[in-house]
Parts: sequence; structure tokens; C-alpha cells
Amino acid sequence: MNARESISDRLSATGTANALEMRNVSKKFGALAALSDIDLTVRPGERRAVLGSNGAGKTTLFNCVGGDYPATTGTIRFFGEDVTGFPPYERIRRGLRRTYQISLLFTGLSVHDNIYLACAGMSRSRFSFIRPRRNDALMASADNLVNLVHLNDARHQLVSNLSYGQQRQLEIAMALAGAPRFILFDEPAAGLSPAERSDLIAILTGLPAHMGFIIIEHDMDVALRVAESVTMMHNGRIFKHGSPAEIEDDPEVQALYLGGEDG
Amino acid sequence: MTMISEMEKNRQERSWLEKIPAAYWILGILLLIMPGVAGDFILFQIFGWGFILGIIALSLMFLAGYGGMVSLVQMTVAGSAGYMIAIFGVSAIENISLGWPWYLAIPLALAIATLFGTLAGWLAVRTEGIYTIMITLAIASAFFYFTRQNYVIFNGFSGFNGVLPPNLFGVDWRQPAAFYYLTLFWAVLAYGTVIYVSRSPFGLVLQGIRDNPRRMSALGYNVVAHRVAAYAFAAFLAAIGGILLTWQSAQISPGTAGIGPVIDILVITVIGGMRHPIGPFIGALIYVVLKTFALDALVAIGLSGERFQLLIGIGFLAIVFWSSDGVLGIWNHWQQARKRDPLLDRGGSTP
Repeated sequence: MNARESISDRLSATGTANALEMRNVSKKFGALAALSDIDLTVRPGERRAVLGSNGAGKTTLFNCVGGDYPATTGTIRFFGEDVTGFPPYERIRRGLRRTYQISLLFTGLSVHDNIYLACAGMSRSRFSFIRPRRNDALMASADNLVNLVHLNDARHQLVSNLSYGQQRQLEIAMALAGAPRFILFDEPAAGLSPAERSDLIAILTGLPAHMGFIIIEHDMDVALRVAESVTMMHNGRIFKHGSPAEIEDDPEVQALYLGGEDG
Repeated sequence: MTMISEMEKNRQERSWLEKIPAAYWILGILLLIMPGVAGDFILFQIFGWGFILGIIALSLMFLAGYGGMVSLVQMTVAGSAGYMIAIFGVSAIENISLGWPWYLAIPLALAIATLFGTLAGWLAVRTEGIYTIMITLAIASAFFYFTRQNYVIFNGFSGFNGVLPPNLFGVDWRQPAAFYYLTLFWAVLAYGTVIYVSRSPFGLVLQGIRDNPRRMSALGYNVVAHRVAAYAFAAFLAAIGGILLTWQSAQISPGTAGIGPVIDILVITVIGGMRHPIGPFIGALIYVVLKTFALDALVAIGLSGERFQLLIGIGFLAIVFWSSDGVLGIWNHWQQARKRDPLLDRGGSTP
């Protein structure tokens, strides 16, 4: 944990701007305030877990950062740049990535093709009319990602034939395409078997040190093992920031999590 | 992409020539020797016209099948290319036609029609489903009425006649056999290009956008720009079809791209099938045969000849009713039924 913190410290010391800075961000759907007055700072290379009961606004937070929904008020800065008004693809091209809670994969395409699409999205060849060759750089990086998430045996299978756990792994591989700087993981461990969970933890802790992320996770065990800081959300607001140990021992957090029928 | 990887895997084992199934060789040879067996009328009026309508319908199939965008503006784009070739090139309306040589007129016509189709697409991609159909139909109607009322550039109701292909290489390209080969060449080229592009990054991305635009945006794709580019590509195909269509009838007038022909292109594409680029050509041949012979057939059994639209309409209804994917869908269905094991009641290829 100390080693990780020092990477964030060193990156900040070199003048690298914060990976993510949200100021006064709120999101309203009609009269419903899904997010209110969110102030959140994530340093470069920092790995943050976001906890909270259902309906706390965690996924809405991701949708605002990723640009799927524009924020109603407030500003969002990504590595110092104001991206509040940017469409999703502009944010993605600046190094932001996200995974989805409910897998949004191309089920009619193979594993390799899904990852190839993710890689091509970051490259100039997305408008190319020329079919790629086997030794093409994008094909090679797609191959690497297939290996990284242990899907080598299933590379030519249609995504619709994959198991649920494999589809989650594919989601992660697609988020890692094309030099990401910061990743939003939306419940990557949901529905995974214990063995698949430890695989996932290994993939997440094995990411390059400069690659920060936010992970939404209900499983405290996964969240606390991959993250160095924790943010608690409740009813669309930030409830508490702290280190994993502080959050775990906090009586208020325990009351929310254990007596949490107000979901 | 699966296809790419598999093809690459097989590359060492077989050359691409060996991989073409025998049925394609037979079809190819049949198409090449057709002028030896078929009469002039069949070559010019059935195959020539069928290939041209097939190319225009192919441009709709590309947008609808791969991009999920049903555009009714493709026939209008073809018509605009026809008008441009008449205005820049040679026609019997000498006070309007500029009479420029073909090597200026053809590229200009293609470029302006492609630009027109791209602009129409730029408007249409902001809408979904029924609204795309409405906005493209509105553009098509506007073009029809504008060309009919504008006499300065478009020569109004009568349009342009005497628009002939250039006598390139000393060939009169409106001779039935020459015209047959001319249209066959462009139809095969358009078909092959669409097949190739559908498996290129551009085509794959388009299919990804059709299936899940939100996810594609979250992968860094500018969905709107990509859709507009698809319209540009489709417009180029339609423009080629439009120039050939103008040469075939030697004239272009508002009726060429009127509401009727605009709908006919949609009917052709749906009858043929939108899932594969061969569908529009099958649909076009069915349409042309019906349109040409239904009249005689109806008169022969004592009905009014004008009822041929009724036949096309009934055929359209029947196909939409029994197969959501046109003749291609019926073909696939029949093939699967043939492979079915009567004891296990299973298709041959399903595990």
C-alpha cells in the first residue's frame, strides 16, 4: 500500500494534474437528484473504491464522468482538462475508459473482434476501408489483451457463447485497449465465482502503476484489496472519504452497510 | 473479423482462387457468356436495368443492413448524378448542357451527387427509425418538385434527353451487349467493394454502431461522423447507378427520381433481402422481370395491363409476411430445412 501511495505522490510531485477532479457536480432527472454536490479528487495513479448501497448514485457518477449523461451542474476535469461538455468519445480518446455493470458487448462478433474494435477506436484506422493484416499493430495489441485476460482459448468464439465470467473478463480487456490513463470499473466482480474473483484481483493489481482507477464494488474483500482509498456514497452524496481501514472501522459506515434497508 | 482471422489461417493452405466455391464459377461464366445466348431485349432491358437498380438498391442495403439506417434518398442521389452528367456533359438540350468531355463530366457528377448524399445523411443521422425514413423521404420529395419546377438548370418537367455514354475505346456502349458488360462490370465491382468494406475496420465499426451505438461511443468512436461517412460511401455507389441509369434510358427527368421510383428502391431491397449484398441484385431482377412481363401476362388473362403494380405489391406483402429477410431469408430457411435430420429434427450445423 505504501508503495502505491508513493507512486501517486511522485506523479503529483512532477506536476501531473489530478486524474479526476469533480467540483459541485450534480445530476437531476426531472425532480430526482441522482447526484448532488459531488466533490471528488482522484490523484494520478490512485486506485479508489466507491462503496454505497443500491441507488446511492455510483453508476450515475460513472455515467457523468464517462459522458453518457451530461452533468446538470458543476465541472469535471480529467488530467487538468475541463471535459464537462465533451461527448463520450472525446473523453475516451483522452485516456478515460469504463466498463459496464451490465455487459455491453457485441455478441454477434468473436472475442478477438470485440477487442479489435476497442483497439481501433483509439487509432486513426477507424475509418480505414482496408482490411487489417495479421501482423498489423492493432491486431497485435488485440492479441496481447486477449492473453492478458486469459481468453486465449476462446479468442475465435462468438461472445454469445462465452460464460458470464468470461464476458466480464472481456469487458475488462476492452477497457484496457489503447493506452488508458484512468479506468472506471463498474462492479467487475459481480456474479463471479471465488476462483474468477481472485483472477480478477490479480488482473487489477497487476495493472501498470501509473494507471489509476475507480472501482465500484459491493464485495468489500475485492474492493479493499485493490484500492488504496475508499469513498462512501449515500443518497447521491459523498458520505465519507478515507483509507480502507478507516472506512471499515467507521461506525456510521457499518450502520449504513449492515442496517442498510434504506437502499 | 472472425472471417478475417479464419481466412488468414487458411491462407497458407489454399490460394484465394481455390477457395471460391464451384457455384460462383458457374454463375460467373453464365454471366460472361450471356450475350451469346440472350437476345438484345433481355440483355439491355432485363439485365442492364436490373444491374443498375441493383447497384442503387445495394447502396440502401449498405446503409440499412450494416448501419441500421433506412434511407429513402438513395434514388434521389442517383437522380442527381444523372442530372449532373446531363448538365455538365452532352445532351439534346443544348442551351443548358455545358457539353464538357466525359473525363470532366463523370467525376464532377459523381462528386456532386456524393456530396448531396452526404449532406442528406448529415441531416438524417440525427434521427432514428421512422424519423430517418421521413426526413429522407422529405429530401427526396423536395428534389422531385424542385427539378420539376426549375427550368433554368434542370429544364423542368421534360428534363434532359439524348444523354449518351461516351464512345470510349471506339465502342458504342449503348449497344445491348456492350451495355450489358458495362453494367455487369460496375455491378460486380460495387458488390465486391461492399463485401470487402463490410469486413474492413470501417464496415465493422458501422455494424458495431448498428448493434450498440452507446458502447461504440464509449470505445472512442464518433458515432455521428461514422454514420455520415457511411452515407457518403453509399451515395457514391448510388451515383454510379444513377449515371448508368441515365445512359440506359438516354434521358433524365423529374420522374426518374420521383416518389414512385424512390419507394421502388426500398421495395427491391426488402424483396431481395438486406442481410447480404447479393439481396438487392436478386430483388432488382425480380422487380425488372415483373415490371416488364407482368403487363403482358395480365393482358393475356384478360386483366388491365396497368395492374402490374398490384402483382409487385402482392409479392412484397407475401415476402414481408413470410420472411423478414426477403428472398434471401426464404433461401436460408429452405437450405436449413433441407439439412434437417428427420429423426432428430435438428439443423445439420447446430450442435
